[in-house]
Formats: sequence, structure tokens, C-alpha cells
Amino acid sequence: MVVEPFVEKWLRQRTLPTIWCAGCGLGSAMRIIIRALEELEIDPDKLVVVSGIGCSSRMVGYIDANTVHTTHGRALPVATGIKLARPDVDVLVIMGDGDGTAIGGNHLIHASRRNINLTVLILNNHTYGMTSGQVSPMTPHAKFASTSPFGNLEYEFHLCDMVKSAGATYVARTTVYHFPQAARLLKEAIQHDGFAFMEMFFQCPTYYGRFNALTDAKDMLQGFKDSAVRYNPENPLELQPGEFYTGKLWHDTSRYEYTKLYKELVERAGKMTIAG
Amino acid sequence: MPGKTRLLQGNEACAIGAIHAGCRFFAGYPITPSTEIAEHMSRQLPVVGGVFIQMEDEIASIAAMIGASLTGKKAMTATSGPGFSLMQENIGYAAVTEAPIVIVNVMRSGSSTGHPTGTGQGDLMQARWGSHSDHPSVSLAPGTGQEMFDLTVKAFNIAEKLRVPVVVLPEAVVGHIREAVYIPAEGEMEIIQRERPTEYEALNFFERDERGVAHPPDLATGFHPHYTGLSHTEGGFFSADPDELNKFNTGLCSKLEKNREFLTDYSEENTDDAEVMLVSFGVTGRASLRVTRMLREQGVKAGCFRPRIVWPFPDKRLREIAEHAHTFIVPELNLGQLRLDVEHVVGPEKRVVGINRVDGTMLTLERMMDEIKEVLK
Repeated sequence: MVVEPFVEKWLRQRTLPTIWCAGCGLGSAMRIIIRALEELEIDPDKLVVVSGIGCSSRMVGYIDANTVHTTHGRALPVATGIKLARPDVDVLVIMGDGDGTAIGGNHLIHASRRNINLTVLILNNHTYGMTSGQVSPMTPHAKFASTSPFGNLEYEFHLCDMVKSAGATYVARTTVYHFPQAARLLKEAIQHDGFAFMEMFFQCPTYYGRFNALTDAKDMLQGFKDSAVRYNPENPLELQPGEFYTGKLWHDTSRYEYTKLYKELVERAGKMTIAG
Repeated sequence: MPGKTRLLQGNEACAIGAIHAGCRFFAGYPITPSTEIAEHMSRQLPVVGGVFIQMEDEIASIAAMIGASLTGKKAMTATSGPGFSLMQENIGYAAVTEAPIVIVNVMRSGSSTGHPTGTGQGDLMQARWGSHSDHPSVSLAPGTGQEMFDLTVKAFNIAEKLRVPVVVLPEAVVGHIREAVYIPAEGEMEIIQRERPTEYEALNFFERDERGVAHPPDLATGFHPHYTGLSHTEGGFFSADPDELNKFNTGLCSKLEKNREFLTDYSEENTDDAEVMLVSFGVTGRASLRVTRMLREQGVKAGCFRPRIVWPFPDKRLREIAEHAHTFIVPELNLGQLRLDVEHVVGPEKRVVGINRVDGTMLTLERMMDEIKEVLK
């Protein structure tokens, strides 16, 4: 297997191979992340990558930087503490859809609201892969999972709209099929000064695919290609059932970033004497 | 600046003690009866260049504090029972990642929402065992305004030295009492900083020293550590190898035993010839001391033993006292949690009797005297 030098440089060789199944999209997702970090010339000494629990959260074990594999759903508050304590470092948060939107859903909306300079990537395979394919808040209505054997009665979040309403100042969606677009958007997200959110679909042929008659990873990628509609804010195309927008969905530069506000506060407070 | 004595609320003394100990990060969520600590930190931390943040809940508060601690900051949160319950998950995470943190749990009365403004001591066992499976943690029980300061400083020293979660467990009444508190001058009290190795053998960031403590590097300081809640090797990565798992779990939990002397702190009075011992902690420990003196005046050979570090429990000293004392009275604002320790240490030959109150109020000296007289009849 030929590994390109920029990939090799960013991986902890001693922790490979990965635990991911054959056909899983997480290898592609990791390559997209590494491409973005490499092209931005991010210093791995000044990079902290934080994750929660699940297949996608295991990625931090493979990336050769400062990495924190937290408890289930808690990546964002841990990352918030790291960023507040060390505003000079880049903090990238990687979560799955169950981790980030179910058990960590409250943290997601509040971190968005705070507009703290984190880059947050939700890797969405529409299921809980690590525990073998249970229904998640991002499993579409009527789709099958090991805990929705008769079809999912619930509806998924409009995740990008949700974080936008909650206050995120950069929002994008892409898939692992759209490699160049995904790397470009992630670079923008990392460079954005504020809470940057990106949802990236990836295929889970082992569970989500198998339960939903999509066992072939290639077919699932083809599905991403066929259903993706490039978002153009000037003239948005109407979505057909099953389609989704990709691209930069929201970019707001009007809000102040939290750690900068805090730095100003410290400067002001340092000149004051407060009783007590 | 020389040391000075100030009239302070217990919660204020705790917050001032934290900043004195070098705490520069506080994440919290409002909850009675601990809120004054967060309020004080929100005013004072920015002045000293530290960070205060109010998070969305107690789960996020402890998570943010652990994140800050992993960068090298001394970090604290303050809460009460319901919030402390929410924090249990990440107490285990802090223990496993060797992240020094200090949690102040100002104890209210009762389970669930209970009696928010009532005082209690019902979280003694939760502080030890609340997070799942074996893990090291230390609990301290201040009984005075002065101890709110002193033991908060001590909590940071223990957390930094042993890289464990440390819980400070005042009762609501100690959090809210107003007393004279001596604030020492800088340098007067020992302030411990965590060890920061400048090199590691073969990227083994989690190798333990002879005291059982691992010293992984602060984030973004030139190393590339991997922190995980998974059981891990000295390299920091998960292994399912039974030998590695055994080494990790026993090594992690060896911290308390290997540092037992450092983790022993109690006060005692009239114990040398005592036949009747009052054993208690926190504010009831303080009342017990007074009751002991009253009993002595009445000719009872009474003594008082009050652990300030309540976990690990100072069993060695109590076992010595049990060589001559025959009756142990354990006053508590719960239904008998410290009593379990005392029974365990002194053995079935000795009489151990609890005086318990769970109505949100204090044990009065009169009630304690009456109950003890009944016992001694």
C-alpha cells in the first residue's frame, strides 16, 4: 500500500491499523482532515484534537498531535475548557452523530451559542456503529436500525439549521465522497474565527447499509454523489426528497469570538479593584 | 502583603483559598448552597488573569475543568448534591486521565432535590464511590470557616501531587457560616505544583513513579500525548491484554495506599485515656469536640476524633485508640455513613452507636448530650 508522505507524517504509526470495518468511510474522513491540516500548515504541537465515544471518535488515537478521547458526548465542554485555557492553540473536535447530537446535543447548542473558536466536525453515518447499528437522532424517518426493526418512527434533526439557530457562525455540510470540497470547507472552518461547524456524511456499510439494503460501500458513496445539491445562497435549488445541500451554508462575521471577548475582559478587570 | 484576618463566609473563604492555591480556572453551574463560590470566582478570577465560565450544566462544568486541567491550569468547580451526581461520570475520567481537579460539594440535606437550603452530610460515601468501578479519589471535610480556606488549599496540593480528583465536602452550614479567617501571606503555606517531566522514555507518558503517580505532559507543550478514558498502557493507548489491564487498574488505585501518610489528616482531643470516643467529621465533628469537653466536666472519660481527610479514612490512628476505648459514638447528619467506617475499623467487640439527624437542621449539643447519656446508662 502506498501511503502519501503527508498522510504518514500525521499518523501515529504505532496505533495502526485502525479498528474500522472494511468499506467504512472514516478512513476517507481522516484523510480529508489530514489534507486540510497539512495544507494549512498547522503545527501539530499547537493542535489539540478532541473527541467523544464511538467509531469516529477513535480517530484521535491515530492522529499524531495532542489528542483527547473524552467520555460519551462530552468532547465539546472538554474542548471549551482547553480553548479557554489555551486560546493560542487550534482545537478540532471530532464527534459521531450519536455522540454529538444525542448524548452531547445540549453541549452542541450551547457551544454554538457561545461562539468560541472551535472547529467542530460531526461525522454522520446515521447510526451508532460502535454498538452495532442502533437508531440515532440522525437516522432518517422510516429507516431501519437494530433498535428500530420496524422502521424509525422519529425524524432526524435538521442539524446544520439547528446549530445555525443556536449561534454557530460558520456552518457547512459535505460528504466523504466530495473529497476536494470537504478538504476546502474544513480549511475554511479551521480558519474561521468563531464556532465553525461541519457535518460530513460517511458510509457505514456494516450496519446502516446492511439494515437498509445498501450493503455495498460503493453504492452508498454513489448515493451521496447523486443526492448532494451544491448550495448557492443567491439561487438555492429546490431539494427533491432524499436530497441535501452541500457546501458553505452559513457564515456570520458579526458576532465576537468568545476567547477574544474574555481577553478584553481580563484586561479591563486587571485595572479594577473589586470589593470582596 | 502580610497575612491578615478577615470576617468571611465559608464559601468566600473557600474561593479565596482556591485562588491562593493558584486556581486559575473555574467552570460551574448555579446551585444552592454553593453559588457564592461561583459568584466570587466570577468577580476575582478575571482580576488575576484566570478564567471563569458558567456552563450549561454540571456535566459540562466538570468536563471544561478537566480540559483546562489537561493544559496545566489548576481548576475547580463548586456544586451541591444534584450537581455532584451529574459529575460522577467525569470524576472517573479525571482519575483515569490523571487530571488534577478540585470539586467542592457543599452538602444540602436529602436525596434527589432534597432540602436545598437544609444542611446535611449524606454525600460522604458518594464522594468515594459515586463514579463506577475502582478509581482513586480523596475527600476532605472542613468544619470551620478557617478550614474552608486551609482545606481548599490542601485539596489543590493533593490533586497536583497525586493527580487525582479531590472533593471538598463542607455542609451547607459551613459554606454559609461567617467567621474570622486568617489569610496567610504569600509563601506562608506550602503550595504544590504538579511535576512536569521534560523528557519521557519511549513516549511512555503514563509511566508510574514509585508513588504510583503518572505525570503525562500538559497539552500543547511540545509532546503529543493521547488522553483517553479507556484503560491504557504506559503509552496511553487502550490495550485489552489482561496483564496490561491489571497493571493499569492496580497501578491507578495504588496512589492512595502508597501515599497514606500524606493523605492522613485528623484532629483529636483527650484520646489518650478515652473510654468513650466521639468520632465525627465536618460541622458535627466540631460539635462533638464541645460535647467531649462537656462530658469530661461530668467525669466521663470522653475523647474526640475528627478526620479532616475523610477518604481515605485514617483507620490506623482510630485502631490505636480502640485499644483502650470501648464505646464509639458517631454523630452524623445522615443515617450512618461514617459509622460504617468506624464499625469496620474498631471491630465487632466494640460498641458503635450513631447519633443521626436528617431533618435539614443541626445536631444540638443538648440532643447529643441526651443521647450519649442514654447510651452510657
